[in-house]
Amino acid sequence: MHIPDGYLSPSTCATLYACSVGGWYTALKRVKRVFFSRAIPLISVFAAFSFVLMMFNLPLPGGTTGHAVGIAIATIVLGPSGSILAISIALAIQALFFGDGGITTLGANCFNMAIVGSLVAHVCYKALAASGDRNPKRQIIAAAIAGYVAINASALFTAIEFGIQPLLFHDAMGTPLYAPYSLKIAVPAMMIGHLTLAGIAEAAITAGMVAFLQKSNPGLLLDKGMGVAAAGQAALGERSLRGLWIATALLMVLTPLGILATGTAWGEWSAAELSGSGGMAQVVPSGLQRLASFWTAPFPRYAPSFIKSEPFGYALSGMFGVGLLFVVYLLFARRKGAQTGRER
Amino acid sequence: MKGHTAVEATLRSFTRALSRALISEEVAGRRGLLQALDPRARLIGILTLVVAVAASRRIEVVGVLFVMACALALLSRVPLKTLVLRVWLIVLGFTGMIAIPALFTTPGRVVMSNGFLSITAQGVLTAGLLVLRVETAVTLTTTLVLCTPWTHILKALRSLRVPTEVIAMLAMTHRYIFLFIEVAQQMFESRQSRVIGTLPAGEQRRVLARTAGVLMSKSIDLSNEVFLAMQSRGFLGEVHLLHDFEFRFRDGVGVAAFVACAVVAIWAGR
Repeated sequence: MHIPDGYLSPSTCATLYACSVGGWYTALKRVKRVFFSRAIPLISVFAAFSFVLMMFNLPLPGGTTGHAVGIAIATIVLGPSGSILAISIALAIQALFFGDGGITTLGANCFNMAIVGSLVAHVCYKALAASGDRNPKRQIIAAAIAGYVAINASALFTAIEFGIQPLLFHDAMGTPLYAPYSLKIAVPAMMIGHLTLAGIAEAAITAGMVAFLQKSNPGLLLDKGMGVAAAGQAALGERSLRGLWIATALLMVLTPLGILATGTAWGEWSAAELSGSGGMAQVVPSGLQRLASFWTAPFPRYAPSFIKSEPFGYALSGMFGVGLLFVVYLLFARRKGAQTGRER
Repeated sequence: MKGHTAVEATLRSFTRALSRALISEEVAGRRGLLQALDPRARLIGILTLVVAVAASRRIEVVGVLFVMACALALLSRVPLKTLVLRVWLIVLGFTGMIAIPALFTTPGRVVMSNGFLSITAQGVLTAGLLVLRVETAVTLTTTLVLCTPWTHILKALRSLRVPTEVIAMLAMTHRYIFLFIEVAQQMFESRQSRVIGTLPAGEQRRVLARTAGVLMSKSIDLSNEVFLAMQSRGFLGEVHLLHDFEFRFRDGVGVAAFVACAVVAIWAGR
């Protein structure tokens, strides 16, 4: 899954570097608040461990062997932020020192494995094991599923990155310039190996290690891992939320800037745009025409009909959207609070 | 011994990693073209060329860059055998396998056909461009890594404004990788020396998972010890690195030459 240099276009690499930088910045900030100065040795040593773990060859059904990446076990022990950093550092050393994975594609590799993998593993493990009665068997199964799903999610993202290359980057004759296979070839080609072999290796090593740690060092599974992450979450408290709210408010105030851009996204607002002067289709497909009028939004084009001023309407739509999300969040939080109260 | 294949394969991968590190140290100590430049000039120069390789859309341009990369490696006294075995054959095997179906699946002008399968000119171009591009990029990065000690790469990364915390983590991770490889190697060898006959696959998986678990517990303990040692030396979360590099006139010329080549390649390969 380590993408070498040359498979992805420079613009794809730059986009995924930008995504990864965002992930690294947030993770580093959170980890430093939780672990303080302890972050550097803990992440470094765990990154070294992940690196060595990737060298463990595991016997798999069918007589073949595979290796794990250690995404899920890193997430379970360090929490998602710690895992993002530890796996990213391990991948950086693999690329810079051992030539495993490219330098221009390091952002993509870190995004797929460290960021997507850690977040997916965290969500899976938390949903299946961290809540409820902390049953040991349930934890092992949850760890295996988290490992399996995380590695497959990473593989799927990698496949999508490969698959969009021929669509976006080809010469005038249609010859692909980077990874040559479309999504319908790239996705099955990547996923078959990961759904069968690599996924099993990741699930087996994660489950085996959780089972071992339950007997030998259960503190790693509760106190230092998710426990620290959860404690850190509480310690972050209002300070991080305040920053988030300020940033959201600022973005809402700045939303009218979107009107400065000329034109609209092609075909986004109405089916008629597809066959207009700038459209490529001569006739709008009948299915598209039929479904286009299926739902009429209350604030079409972010311009409520009852507001005369376009910038104000745009900003109001932004506030309405954020408000709606806030209400949904409050409903979920209330439900979660009631559930926790019942469990106590 | 048949049942020990997974453990043996793991041991072999440890040995391979250690031998690679040894080769790297040996080549970095030689007197060559790249070694004569400041590590920052090497890093910026090679990274610029790798970007040019990724950005070039014409196979002829990537071909010229490949010849330049080979010349640079040989003038930097990277052994030809290392290049062939560690870079060219591995890339050819891996990327070549991925690229082969593109010969048949890419639509275009048919240049060869046996009635059942057809190779198209566009397919040959796509597969050739992919393989050549990856060969060139990996030759360049391997040359950089082999000719530059890891500590120098880290200091050079710092000059590219990579945060000091990240540099410190990379440095410590690199140091502990070799320690953990040694520890894991000893654990596997001691286990193997106590086994008679063959272990079933399930038992092998359990051995590997247990070893990984022990290694992780050791990792956490070690991180506690390292942290206490760092604290005893006055570490408060701030990382300071020494900067003893000297950027000379020839380093400027080197960077200018690399950047000029990259710009010309991007322009010609657009």
